[in-house]
Formats: sequence, C-alpha cells, structure tokens
Amino acid sequence: MKLRMPRRGRAERGPAPDEAVDRGGAPLIARADRFSAQDLIVEASFGIGARPTRLIMTTLGTVLGIASLVVTIGFAQTAAGQIASQFDAVAATQVVIEPGSANSLNGKERATGSLPWDAPDRVSRLAGVELAGLVSEVPLDAVTITAVPVNDPSEPPTLGPALMATSAGLLDAVRGQLVTGRYFDVGHDARSDRVAVLGSRAAERLGINRVDSQPSIFIGDSSYTVIGIIDEVERRPDLLDSVIVPLGTARADFGLASPDELQIQIALGAGTIVATQAPIALNPNAPENYEVQAPSPGSALRENVQADVNIVFLILGVLALLAGGLGIANVTMLSVMERVGEIGLRRALGATKRNIAHQFMVESVVIGLLGGLVGAALGVFAVVVVSVMQGWAPVVDPWLAIGSALLGAVVGLLAGVYPAVKASNIEPIIALRGSN
Amino acid sequence: MSRPPVVDLIDVTRSFTGPPEVQALKSINLRVEKQDYLSIVGPSGSGKSTMLNILGLLDRPSVGEYYLDGALTSLAGEAERAALRGGKIGFVFQAFHLMPHRSVLDNVLLATVYSGVPRADRERRARAALHRVHLDHRIDFLPGTLSGGERQRVAVARAVVASPQLLLADEPTGNLDATTSGEVMDLFEELNADGLTLIVITHDKAVADRAGRTISIADGRVSETT
Ligand SMILES: Nc1ncnc2c1ncn2[C@@H]1O[C@H](COP(=O)(O)OP(=O)(O)OP(=O)(O)O)[C@@H](O)[C@H]1O
Ligand SMILES: [Mg+2]
Repeated sequence: MKLRMPRRGRAERGPAPDEAVDRGGAPLIARADRFSAQDLIVEASFGIGARPTRLIMTTLGTVLGIASLVVTIGFAQTAAGQIASQFDAVAATQVVIEPGSANSLNGKERATGSLPWDAPDRVSRLAGVELAGLVSEVPLDAVTITAVPVNDPSEPPTLGPALMATSAGLLDAVRGQLVTGRYFDVGHDARSDRVAVLGSRAAERLGINRVDSQPSIFIGDSSYTVIGIIDEVERRPDLLDSVIVPLGTARADFGLASPDELQIQIALGAGTIVATQAPIALNPNAPENYEVQAPSPGSALRENVQADVNIVFLILGVLALLAGGLGIANVTMLSVMERVGEIGLRRALGATKRNIAHQFMVESVVIGLLGGLVGAALGVFAVVVVSVMQGWAPVVDPWLAIGSALLGAVVGLLAGVYPAVKASNIEPIIALRGSN
Repeated sequence: MSRPPVVDLIDVTRSFTGPPEVQALKSINLRVEKQDYLSIVGPSGSGKSTMLNILGLLDRPSVGEYYLDGALTSLAGEAERAALRGGKIGFVFQAFHLMPHRSVLDNVLLATVYSGVPRADRERRARAALHRVHLDHRIDFLPGTLSGGERQRVAVARAVVASPQLLLADEPTGNLDATTSGEVMDLFEELNADGLTLIVITHDKAVADRAGRTISIADGRVSETT
C-alpha cells in the first residue's frame, strides 16, 4: 500500500484538501488561517514586548544614528536656506566696481584707473543692469560735522559722523529705505546744492529725527539743509553712520577728485555678463583697470558650504547607524539563543523554518523602525529648537523625517537577516532537548 | 476497506554519524492502531526519544519507512511535515515548554496559530481545551504561577487544541510527584477514551502500567511486553 501525500508546492500557504475525511473524532481543519500575516505581527510583537528595557537599549544606537543624520541634514538644509536667502537677496544681484590699484615704487597703493562721473549712465545701458549709483568717501581732514555751529575752542573735538558723496540713484541701487523726507535728485547734484541726507545712526548722533522743519547741519562752518534720513542699506551699511551729500556738492565744496565705487544692482544670473561688459562701458581703452566683484556663476558657492557642513556629521551619523545596526543584530542574536526552546516548540507545533525566520525578521525590522521613528522625532525637534534659538527659519524636508524613520526599518531588516537565518536553521530535536 | 494504522514503522533504523557512529534505533517494526494507548519503556540512552522524534516528524529515519495515517512520510517536504505536525500530531514534553510571558490561554492559542484553526474558532477551542483539562479557573494566569501538574495540563491542552490524531509524550510525568502525575495520567485516559491515539515514554512503571500496551526498548531494539 502506498498512499501519496497530497502534493502542495507551498504547504504552509493556501487551503489544501485534508484526506482524513473518514476519520471520526477529529474535525476537519481549514488551512486558510495557518500563520497569516496577522499571526506573524502578533507573535513578533509579543517577542519584542516581552523585554521592554532591553528594547530601549537595543533601539538606542539606531535612535542616535537616525537622530544625528536628521540633525546633520536638517541643519545643512536650514543653513542652505539661510545662506540662499542672503545670497539671493544681496550677493546674487550685486556687482561692485572699483578702480584698480597697484603698489607704486614707494610702497603706497595707487589707483591705476578712475571711475567716470557719468558711470551710472554708462552701465545702465547694459543688459542685466537694473540700477546703478556711485559712492565715495569724502576725506574730512580737520573738519567736523555738527548740528550747531561750533565756536568754542575749549570744547574737546568729538569724532563726528563720516562724510559720503553719492549719485542721486545710489539709494535705490543699494536698496536703502527712506525713514523720512527724500533723497537728493539729479538737480541737486548738477547745481551742487548744499543739501544732505543722514544715515539713521548718524541722525541719532546729531539729534535729528524730523526733516519737515528743514534742520541744518554744519560741515565745518558751512550749513547744509537736511532733506531726508535713510535706513536699511544692505550693501553699504557704513552709510548709516554717515552724512551724505550729492557728488556735485562734494566736488565743489571739498574738491573730490573721483568716485570710489560703482554699485550696480543686476538681474539674477546676469553677474558674469555685467562683470565683463561694465568695465568696457566705463573705459573702452583700458577696461582692465577696474576691479569687479560679481556673484559667482550658478550657486557653486552655496553647494560648497552645504557640502562642508554635511560630510563630517554625515559620516558620524552613518557610523552611529552602523553601530545601531550591529546592536540590533547582536541583541536579536542573543534573543535567538535565549529562545532556542521556544523555537523548538514552535517547530513542533507546526511552524516552518520560514515562519521562524519571518518572525525574527519582523521583530528586528520593528525594533529598527521604532528606533528610526524616535530618532527622526528627536532630530527634527533638535533642529527646530536650535534654529529658533538662533533666529533661523528651520528647514526640514518632510521626506527627510519619513525617509530616516524608514531607514531605521531598513537597518533593522539588514541586522535581522543573520539572526533570522540562524534561528530558522536550529534543529527542533536539539532545541527541545537543550532545555530538558 | 480497513482503516490504516495511525503509525506504521517498517524496518526503521536511525544512525547518528559519528565518530563513533551510533545506531540509536535498529530495524524497528511497529504498528499503532487508532485509539491505541502505548507506553514505551527502556533504560536511559536506549533510543526512546529518538523514536518519538521520528514518530513526531521532527526527525527522519536513516533507513526504512514511516507511514503516518496511511501516508508515506518520506515523500513529504519540510513544509509539509511542518503542516502535519501542526495538524495531526500533538506533543507533550517533560519540561512543559510553556512561554513564561504569556497567559495560559495564549500558550494554548499558540498551537492554533500554526495548525490552521480558523481565526474565529481559535479562542473558543482554546477555552474548550482548557476546560477539558479542568483549568477553567487558571485561564488568565501566567505559567510561572501554576503548580507543576497544572503546567503539564496546560501543555496537554495545547497539544490537543488542534484536534490531532496522535499525542506523543516524552516523560510527561518526569518532573511531577506521584499525585500530580496521577492527575495527568487520568487526563490521558480520558483523552484516549475520546478516541485519541497516545504514545507515552516513561521511566515510571506505574505510569507504564496504565497504558493498554507497553513496548520496551533496549539498545535500539524493541520488544513487546504485553
Ligand atoms: N543528535 C545526536 N547525535 C549523536 N548521537 C545521538 C543524538 N541523539 C541521540 N543520540 C544517541 O542515541 C542514543 C539514544 O538517545 P535517546 O535520546 O533516544 O535516548 P533515550 O532513550 O531517550 O534516553 P533517556 O531516557 O535518557 O531520555 C544515545 O546513545 C544518544 O547518545
Ligand atoms: Mg529521552
């Protein structure tokens, strides 16, 4: 008599006919519910939950690894956002041109070229140039600037504000804001009118905060009418400490020889073209005599900054994660060893090798995922707290949080492979005898 | 057509490759009919556990054939043997092998997970099995709080919850005193009366004598002592 077993490709899955129909006593058993995914999850969670303290210790490495990755990348993103916002607002749209200089024989720096007085007009015809203005410091020598005429020789000389001369269009070219009054115009410049605009800090020092009464200041003995106060000069913050007069006035009253600097506001991305064309427009015969500061093409600078921030901490995070993975592998292996009897029992109760392997895999994946979730939460929290304390806008990609939590699960998965294979290869007869 | 025997061993030999090579079972022939109650006795190291492992599909014969319920087990693959263990065979061990962190009910439920008892039916059957071993009042206890006899009764409930054809017990009373081992033997008799086929390994003559049939193994060879 040879009765064949019913052949099933995968006996542990799917319903199969039970040939023992005619036997009394034992009722038929449907195979549909043999160790389903739900059973797998329940069994694995019992395995994990049995030792809560150990679970915390096990996840610690993964928590640290994931947290440091999130912190590293989160800060890099935050910093990049911070740098980008500054670059985009100022540096990426700013070109500054100065006369070139060379060291002369007696060791002094000597200008090799000079900016023409009509420089703003010349460059404003170039493509990509939006606004342009000249600025120049006016040497004061012994002359002081005061709000009242000084005739008291006994009073000790005070360090007054600096004197600057600009073209009429400079305020817009440096994106300054008027607090009150107005900036001088081309007419003031052409007529060399004795008008002045104050930087906000200079105005404070001179005790002037309104211009509707047409207050005067004195540069030396000459009186100048204050027509406006400015603030928020992003590109030349030194203007805030200065008294500013039209270039024409500075030439007439103080003998200013030539402007120091041409400030150009350009369209985003026009840096390279403006940098090459502006010197030619200023002096077609000797364009090499100018020093041009223009934004570097693309955002190479920004990427460099970000890469610098990332690499060291990224390596630390990966190392911590590796340690975390080894920790999970270790503890899962330990738990396999401790539960040899349980593994033998499960095999005797009908578990396949694959059932056993899956159980330990799921346990280790869940441990990794828990570590990933906690680590991601901690990391995001740290980025937000530190950013807020620094006054930065925290930037954390939501995919960073989700991805890093999943990365924890992947670490758990990799860490679980070896212990799971070991567990599934344990011979039930040896496992059951072991604890007898 | 007559019913095939539950167990039919034909010239089964089990040798462990050494060195030195050990022949734990030597050309065994054994038939166990349905509702038989068989005890196996023999000195330590004679091959009793080895035989039980083969009967329970935890191990394979080196030579010879084993028909379980009329089906040739050597044709079954690993997964199929696992399914047969879960569905047709129940085990009771000397060391109980209960999971310490899980309640009595959960321990019994564990056997339903691998044997394909429909999910909706599991708890009802686990409670019924615990009722059958007279442990209704201990359902939510942890194994650590139970006496030895109670623990072994939980193990018996776990062994029968999936309605197996064959119950295999290796020294089930080895860790119990005379009174509690009596409880377990009473239980075995009840189960046998209900139609279960039982094979029990024991050192204890009192336990062996309660079985309808006794075989003894010495040095891997079987002799019937009925
Ligand atoms: N995995 C193995 N490898 C090698 N030899 C083994 C193995 N398992 C059992 N044996 C040997 O087979 C023989 C029978 O062992 P078995 O465990 O069946 O004895 P037993 O009758 O159950 O003894 P006891 O009453 O002490 O439990 C022994 O000599 C033992 O050393
Ligand atoms: Mg033994």
